[in-house]
Amino acid sequence: MLLPYLISWLVLLVLLGISVLSAYLPLGGFHPLANFGIAVIQAAIVFAIFMRLRDPPAIKWVFAGAGFFWLLFLFGIGVIDYLTRAGFPAG
Amino acid sequence: MVELRPEPQYATLARQTETAQLGMWVFLATEVLFFGALIFGYYIYRISYPDQFLLAGQDTKLLLGSINTALLLTSSVTMVASIEYVKRDDIARAAAALFITALLGFAFLGVKGYEYVEDYRDHTVPLLNFLLKPSQHPPAELFWLFYFIATGIHAVHLSIGIVAVLVMAFHTRHRRYSAAYYSPLEVLGLYWSFVDAVWLFLFAAIYPLGRAG
Repeated sequence: MLLPYLISWLVLLVLLGISVLSAYLPLGGFHPLANFGIAVIQAAIVFAIFMRLRDPPAIKWVFAGAGFFWLLFLFGIGVIDYLTRAGFPAG
Repeated sequence: MVELRPEPQYATLARQTETAQLGMWVFLATEVLFFGALIFGYYIYRISYPDQFLLAGQDTKLLLGSINTALLLTSSVTMVASIEYVKRDDIARAAAALFITALLGFAFLGVKGYEYVEDYRDHTVPLLNFLLKPSQHPPAELFWLFYFIATGIHAVHLSIGIVAVLVMAFHTRHRRYSAAYYSPLEVLGLYWSFVDAVWLFLFAAIYPLGRAG
């Protein structure tokens, strides 16, 4: 009964370990990407398993997804300048 | 034992439970935007001042942050365990799991408090005693400003969670919940694990910085 939760917990701790170890690796500019990527995987596990998104009713996906959908606009419009203009910010 | 009857506006107890869960998800969607904007702002500054943020980030306490991450992840397990136990009408274990959850929350706050003291000793607290270290420039203080705002807001969320968990632990012990009705526990579990998930992003943004030499 608790097994799926315990397995998820172990996976989450292993991912935490990888995130900490990655800090000491010479990844250069990929550090934030690696750490953020691991956090996304960890959060996905927390949402799916601990917050039981996989259980019915399916409509909670709409509610859960809405916040992230609006966040896409914030992130998307926010990074346009950085993605499309060379040498920004100046100096 | 409380009589099991839905509130008048619901046809069944199952409908009421479903509505309560969806209500918490709506609140959490607003929290996604709240913390999302905060973290996004951080990364924009980090892109703007990459070297200064790495220099400042070196002074965060990676070990303490990692211990706290493990504590919160464990508390999410004990939280869902309490729900699983109450589903089986194992009330004693359910209440115990809730008390352990609150204890893990307190442990997190304790470690965080100790960390704040260490940060103060290191002169990294903006507005109070911040001192630029060699080769650091003012944007390094921006990093620490974000650190205290983000971890502070998170700690407030966690504190609210701890109080709620303790209240529910007492309710559970007094058999207010059973396999037939445990909706408040489920709703609280959503909040608790969400606060856990937020911390995962804060940890990734703040702690594993500037250690690669």
